[in-house]
Amino acid sequence: MKVSKHNDAFSQARRNVGVAKVDDQDDPATMVLGLKQLRKCAHNWRTFQSGAIPGRIVIPSEVNIRSIRQIPFELDPPEHKDYRALLEPWFKRPNDADYQQALHSQITSTLKKVSAQSVIEVVSELALVVQSQALTLLLNTPFEAAQTWIDWGTHVFRSEGQDLDADKANVLYKYIDDEIDRAIQSPSEDLYSVLLSSQVNGQALTKEAVKGILILTFAGGRDTVINAISSVIAYLAETPEALLQLKQDESLRTNAIEEFIRYFSPLTHMGRVATEDTEICEHAIKANSRISLCWASANRDEQVFDNPNEIILDRKLNPHVGFGFGVHNCLGATHARQVLLTLVNVLCEQVSKIELINAQEHIEKWNEFERKNGFKSLHVKFNGL
Amino acid sequence: MAKIIFTTVENDRIELEATSGTVMSLAVDNFVEGIEGSCKGVCSCATCHVYVKPEQMEWLGQPSDIEQDMLELKEHATEYSRLCCQIEINDGLDGLELSVAEHD
Repeated sequence: MKVSKHNDAFSQARRNVGVAKVDDQDDPATMVLGLKQLRKCAHNWRTFQSGAIPGRIVIPSEVNIRSIRQIPFELDPPEHKDYRALLEPWFKRPNDADYQQALHSQITSTLKKVSAQSVIEVVSELALVVQSQALTLLLNTPFEAAQTWIDWGTHVFRSEGQDLDADKANVLYKYIDDEIDRAIQSPSEDLYSVLLSSQVNGQALTKEAVKGILILTFAGGRDTVINAISSVIAYLAETPEALLQLKQDESLRTNAIEEFIRYFSPLTHMGRVATEDTEICEHAIKANSRISLCWASANRDEQVFDNPNEIILDRKLNPHVGFGFGVHNCLGATHARQVLLTLVNVLCEQVSKIELINAQEHIEKWNEFERKNGFKSLHVKFNGL
Repeated sequence: MAKIIFTTVENDRIELEATSGTVMSLAVDNFVEGIEGSCKGVCSCATCHVYVKPEQMEWLGQPSDIEQDMLELKEHATEYSRLCCQIEINDGLDGLELSVAEHD
């Protein structure tokens, strides 16, 4: 089987039951698997809240390694709306031409460097580098900061063999604390400084709120973007005709990015906490228990998508939930889309063929479900034009 | 050539002309406030919600099930709601009047 083929781990459970149970540190969650049901739950923030104890809506739960609330992700309306309104314009900057040009330069330069090598390991030498460098644009920080983030590795909370690594998380928290103190001492035009001088409802943002926003920004877009980049590279290596199509027809590329997000679903799921006794697909959900919105399953729902297990580059109707759904849809989606689009653009400009050398898949285990999500390592060779 | 008239939430009136493409693309390319089109028109984000002038609804035909499902969960949806990424411009739409919906 091709390494870029990502299985639909939830197909049987979605068709037969609609929900499934996932165990997690004595705080199990009911996974919601079908697209329509999932969207209803994501929409219903009153019954399925995000503003629970910090870390609890993440699966695996981060309650034991984090007490800071991620903002606006772990707030519900009406507070959520005020923070989101403050952050939206900043996180839409990737739509600006100068941002896109800077991103294009970064990725062109990185790809040129790695293309000069005979074989490269995509996860650590390309995906992590592209993600970290692009983050300097999102934060509007000096380019040199990227090297520190590259040195942290692919995930800021996890390490090899350990889903939750408190020591690693503390490195990030300390770094953000130091950066906030630096921005207080010498304000600049970076995100830290902008937030420190901002107000929500007439009140200046606290250091803790700024830290919560920054943790979300660092953590939310890290392994997700890295997995997406690695998966796209593997797919284009194994499907040379797709690379050719994308080269020949630039208008295909934006739809292709949406299709990659649907098919690879770099974030498998995200939790919510029930505020009242309710039911989903005739299954009882107790108040204060967790559900998980399984984006990866919903994105393969055969009741909505034709040929859901195929990548169709020009899929016209693609109501995927790869960036979530409802008020909590991904704040970083504009940036993530732009990173992927720019990567595809640069590959089309610079590369004639990608040779797959070998790959070690990354498999997530959620009770009986084994889902591929990106790679532990992926070796390829880029052939220039 | 079709003239499409947008009215924003702030009550600004913007008249644009095009021969093809989607109404969402026309609005985004011309910076119509309130139309984002984040998913570039694949009906995934619902950030291009508009209200159609009631007497012009029949010009557009029925929305697909996928579009209807998306509209069902919009806070401000009415019977005149459409996602304008799903409206293809043609000469028959000359004079179409759309009001941009408030964001959820």
